[in-house]
Amino acid sequence: MIRFDDVTKEYPGGTVAVNGLSLTIPTGQITALVGPSGCGKTTSLRMINRMIEPTRGLISIDGKGVADLDAATLRRGIGYVIQHAGLFPHRTVLDNVATVPRLLGWDRAKSRAAAQDWMERVGLSADLADRYPSQLSGGQQQRVGVARALAADPPILLMDEPFSAVDPVVRQQLQSELLRLQAELHKTIVFVTHDIDEALLLGNQVAVLRVGGILAQVARPADLLAAPADDFVADFLGHDRGIRALSFVGMPRLPLHPELTLALGEVPPADAPDWMLVVEGGHPLGWVRTAGVQGAVDTSDLNRSGTVASLTASPREVLDAALSSPARRGVLVDDAGEFVGTVRASELATLLEAGQA
Amino acid sequence: MIPTIWTWLTSAQNWVGSFGIGNRLAQHVGYSLLVVAIAAVIAIPLGLWVGHTGRGRWVVSATNAARAVPTLGLLFALALWVGPHIPGRAAFVVPSVIALVLLAIPPILAGTYAGVEAVDPAARDAAKGLGMTPRQVLARVELPCALPLLWSGLRSAVLQVIATATIAAYIGLGGLGRFLIDGLAQADYAQTAGGAILVCLLALVADGVLALVQRVVVSPGVSGRRRRRRGIILAPGKDMGHGNVAHTTRA
Ligand SMILES: Nc1ncnc2c1ncn2[C@@H]1O[C@H](COP(=O)(O)OP(=O)(O)O)[C@@H](O)[C@H]1O
Ligand SMILES: [Mg+2]
Repeated sequence: MIRFDDVTKEYPGGTVAVNGLSLTIPTGQITALVGPSGCGKTTSLRMINRMIEPTRGLISIDGKGVADLDAATLRRGIGYVIQHAGLFPHRTVLDNVATVPRLLGWDRAKSRAAAQDWMERVGLSADLADRYPSQLSGGQQQRVGVARALAADPPILLMDEPFSAVDPVVRQQLQSELLRLQAELHKTIVFVTHDIDEALLLGNQVAVLRVGGILAQVARPADLLAAPADDFVADFLGHDRGIRALSFVGMPRLPLHPELTLALGEVPPADAPDWMLVVEGGHPLGWVRTAGVQGAVDTSDLNRSGTVASLTASPREVLDAALSSPARRGVLVDDAGEFVGTVRASELATLLEAGQA
Repeated sequence: MIPTIWTWLTSAQNWVGSFGIGNRLAQHVGYSLLVVAIAAVIAIPLGLWVGHTGRGRWVVSATNAARAVPTLGLLFALALWVGPHIPGRAAFVVPSVIALVLLAIPPILAGTYAGVEAVDPAARDAAKGLGMTPRQVLARVELPCALPLLWSGLRSAVLQVIATATIAAYIGLGGLGRFLIDGLAQADYAQTAGGAILVCLLALVADGVLALVQRVVVSPGVSGRRRRRRGIILAPGKDMGHGNVAHTTRA
């Protein structure tokens, strides 16, 4: 557990970057620090590993004040990931990742073995090991940065806008991989971002800061969306809060409807409904409008507009599956991706309205 | 003309003896090595310190400004002022060495400083954040990243020193400069030209050797010899260095 106790940072020149911050960062969870540019997120983060010293107040890790620890020793026990990765250009990828183990005095073989292991865990292929950072894409560089931070398996990970400099597609991959890693690792992660959606997606808890370094609200994502503390937080959360909140509430028990399905090459029966789902080997491929089919169904007849939700999906994904389906019936699949039934938006809306979530 | 130079350069009797080419060449190389070594021992730590701490940048500007002082004038001034206080042969050696060291310091200092200054601030921040001590940041990140520019400065200094060490002959120190002075005095153009050619060759060989050493000591990650996958050449170390560290030779 990391605790901020009434922490203030005033820079020389008088800028108060963080003002009386008290915050508890629970062990084994992701805490997202979010707020507009210049609100003191980076300053707060960097006070944890003493890259910046607070002017007043106390920061402690598991009850021990960080100010009492040797700065370099403290930092070797805390993973650190920054926006532009900050890889060492003169070292190969593998040697970059092995940095902290080497600093801790592990021998070369053990450090390299650990580095290889972590490269694999963050999704870097082994043949990148001998490359230099300048030979990597931005997304790969960020992965190396994450592997380097984790190489000595520290319990705490500090991440300062680690994904904000990569393109949206790569960012989404990196975000979901962080969640996948975290499900295995259970690190105490402090994740700084200016992107509220990223904070809501990744954070078990989200701390919203306002300019001047004042904590506006700290809450679980669903609670933040359901009950913003003030206008600033509400504005910062932005539009579509009702829809976005559906990502964080539990899925009500929804009736699943059976569906008449077709395989490719089959001819729709004479009494077929307007839209029929095409399923191959259990997997849904798309919908066909039976009136438009000449003879047997082939792939050119498929309408692929419908999204598919899994049985464990949030109400938001299930609702989207229903609304995006041309038949207005949302396709649900099991863990293996096999079709299990369809749902109706109206039924889900009724349950959500009744507050059964 | 060219045949007489060739004859001068290749006649065996010109190479032997204490006034021969062999000995003069050895003297020249010896002085140059000594001078560059002293300059490097002063300028590299100083440049690293200024680059690392960001303090004392004026030192770099001041030494750059000092390049305007003509080395030959400085040599005579030192020989007149300092020489009489030093006994024996050192009375001549010390002023030349000082004058040449002062010539060699600015490019090495500027190269070192510029190299450290150019280190990606994110890499420096990460190094510190991962738990490197200030010394480790300097030795493991800043110095290796600064090497391409540092090395350019060193090469630049070596070229200047080899070219300018000819002037040491004016105050009786030998070296290849002897042939230039004697040749001019005796209107022996073969000797003058031959001496000049030897200085040029020595400079080329020295630079070639340093270029080879650079391949070994500078990481391919910062030397620009490895290309980005997209085919863009990154920070071509050598060219960058030559842009920042002026290649001027004066005598
Ligand atoms: N080294 C510094 N010296 C003076 N002011 C600073 C320094 N670093 C940050 N600041 C100021 O402190 C405030 C908070 O900065 P920062 O923590 O970087 O914000 P964020 O990461 O949320 O964008 C800003 O107004 C910024 O200009
Ligand atoms: Mg910031």
